[in-house]
Amino acid sequence: MNEYVLRLYVTGQTSRAARAIANLRQLCEIELQDRFRIDVIDVLEHPELAEAERILATPTLVRQLPPPLRRVIGDLSETSKVLLGLDIWPSAQAGPTDTGPSRDGDGATPLE
Amino acid sequence: MTSIRSIAKLETHIPGFDHVADGGLPMGRTTLVCGTAGSAKTILAAQFLAEGIRHGGGSGVFVTFEESAGDVRQNMMGFGWDIAGWEAEGRWAFVDASPDPDVEPLIAGDYDLGGLLARIEHAVSRVGATRLSMDSLGAIFTQFTDSATVRREMFRIAVALKRLGLTALLTAERTAEYGEIARYGVEEFVADNVIILRNVLEGETRRRTMEILKFRGTPHHKGEYPFAVINGEGMVVIPLSAIELKQKSSDIRITSGNDAMDGMCGGGFFRDSIILASGATGTGKTLLATEFMAGGVGLGERCLLFAFEESREQLFRNARGWGVGFERMEQDGLLKVNCAYPETDGLEDHLIRMKRTIQAYRPQRVAVDSLSALERVSGPRGYREFVIGLTSFIKQQEIAGLFTATTPNLLGGESVTEAHISTITDLIILLRYVEIYGEMRRGLTVLKMRGSRHDKDIREFTIDAGGMHVGKPFRQVTGILAGTPRHASGGELDVIHNLFSNE
Repeated sequence: MNEYVLRLYVTGQTSRAARAIANLRQLCEIELQDRFRIDVIDVLEHPELAEAERILATPTLVRQLPPPLRRVIGDLSETSKVLLGLDIWPSAQAGPTDTGPSRDGDGATPLE
Repeated sequence: MTSIRSIAKLETHIPGFDHVADGGLPMGRTTLVCGTAGSAKTILAAQFLAEGIRHGGGSGVFVTFEESAGDVRQNMMGFGWDIAGWEAEGRWAFVDASPDPDVEPLIAGDYDLGGLLARIEHAVSRVGATRLSMDSLGAIFTQFTDSATVRREMFRIAVALKRLGLTALLTAERTAEYGEIARYGVEEFVADNVIILRNVLEGETRRRTMEILKFRGTPHHKGEYPFAVINGEGMVVIPLSAIELKQKSSDIRITSGNDAMDGMCGGGFFRDSIILASGATGTGKTLLATEFMAGGVGLGERCLLFAFEESREQLFRNARGWGVGFERMEQDGLLKVNCAYPETDGLEDHLIRMKRTIQAYRPQRVAVDSLSALERVSGPRGYREFVIGLTSFIKQQEIAGLFTATTPNLLGGESVTEAHISTITDLIILLRYVEIYGEMRRGLTVLKMRGSRHDKDIREFTIDAGGMHVGKPFRQVTGILAGTPRHASGGELDVIHNLFSNE
């Protein structure tokens, strides 16, 4: 079910944190439909988790699953970089039926 | 006058450091430590926490940006700091912010270092830290390429450290020993207190120095102070010109070990004086030192001899040749002979070792044979600092110190040692070769003696199995000290006849 498990580390209720959460949700809904789960962790409430994961910058997005671990830093406003960082190949939504280079079957879900 | 509370100092307990820093680091503030690669920044950062823990000064947090926590733990073992043990006791905490080689993060948008700050605050409250070290700032600028963001965030962290009441050390790289304070303009956010560590190549030897560039609003000693990094101890700062001239002065006379010499000095050396014996090789300097030791032992004093030119066996054999039995003196516990080649260590290390030996053995007299042998392992500046450091230390102990110095020229001449220490010595004895009509003789004179009348003659002396025998003054010979002895007047026979008035 949850093919993608994503953890987003943020600091408190800042606008940057809110922006990152919104950007991530939007992107996942478009690219991953219902195949993802997002855990948001506030480092002010759970510094021990930040310590365990050795988080420096916030927001930091960690792709827990599928392996390997991957990280993206920032408010996730640069969508193409986020996709690159998460190793998600964009589906054909943006352009007209672009088959594209389907590398490891991530984006192989047929739409029609 | 308004009473503004002055900035308190936190004693670091790093040897010598607190003296130079006039009490320690400004308490509750952040101090920037800058230095080139290999200038012992990490050691200072770790030692600051280690000494705090060892001297009951509270726990510490070590934030590492460059080496991993595991590397720091291991590297500092050599100094005898059991970091893993302190971590288990909850007195030391790491915040490991070193780059993770497995996960290369991608940057996609605006960010801050809130994670780091949260982890620091967490670690501080977990161990109840009062001290914090961060090593080293340059590495975080290479992890995160947006230096404007990093600078803004580091400023925020610096403010947080102050709010937490931490006394903190931040290290940063420099590109040159003399030039801009640090890379990336980090001094912009921790500008109150700046310490510079240097590791300068002088001649062919490395010389480490520490300089407190500024402590805002609180005093410190100015200029560069040499320091050494010692196995099993860490950094030891040598506070040279911070030494105060406040030693007491005594008018108690002690014997030089030679009756005639005592006579020339108006009854002996003063108990707490520094004596310099200078002469060319083979003029009898080691003999003078040997007799000085024997004289002390004869009175039941503890004597310490540092030898830098001859091995133990040679020294003992020579002493035997002059009728002095060093073996028995050592067995009686009244003599300690400490031999080392000057090349085995840097001058700072020699100085620290000699001070330790003096403190441990507590001698009443110390001899160094020869001081000038140490000249060759250091640049002139390092050597001068060494000489001042050693002589002032001996003076503070209120004991007698006899140094020998070799002059480069066989006849006459002066040495660098003389130039450096002649003003801090209380007594100077010159030993010289005197060539008279194809014959080499030896002469000695007391050039200066503080606080006492002394013999102004240049006297001949001979050396045999009984040691040194001081004879009559040279008469009608001039230019001995300049190295160009020449008779003053009269016919040849007259001169020879009158040379030693009673012969």
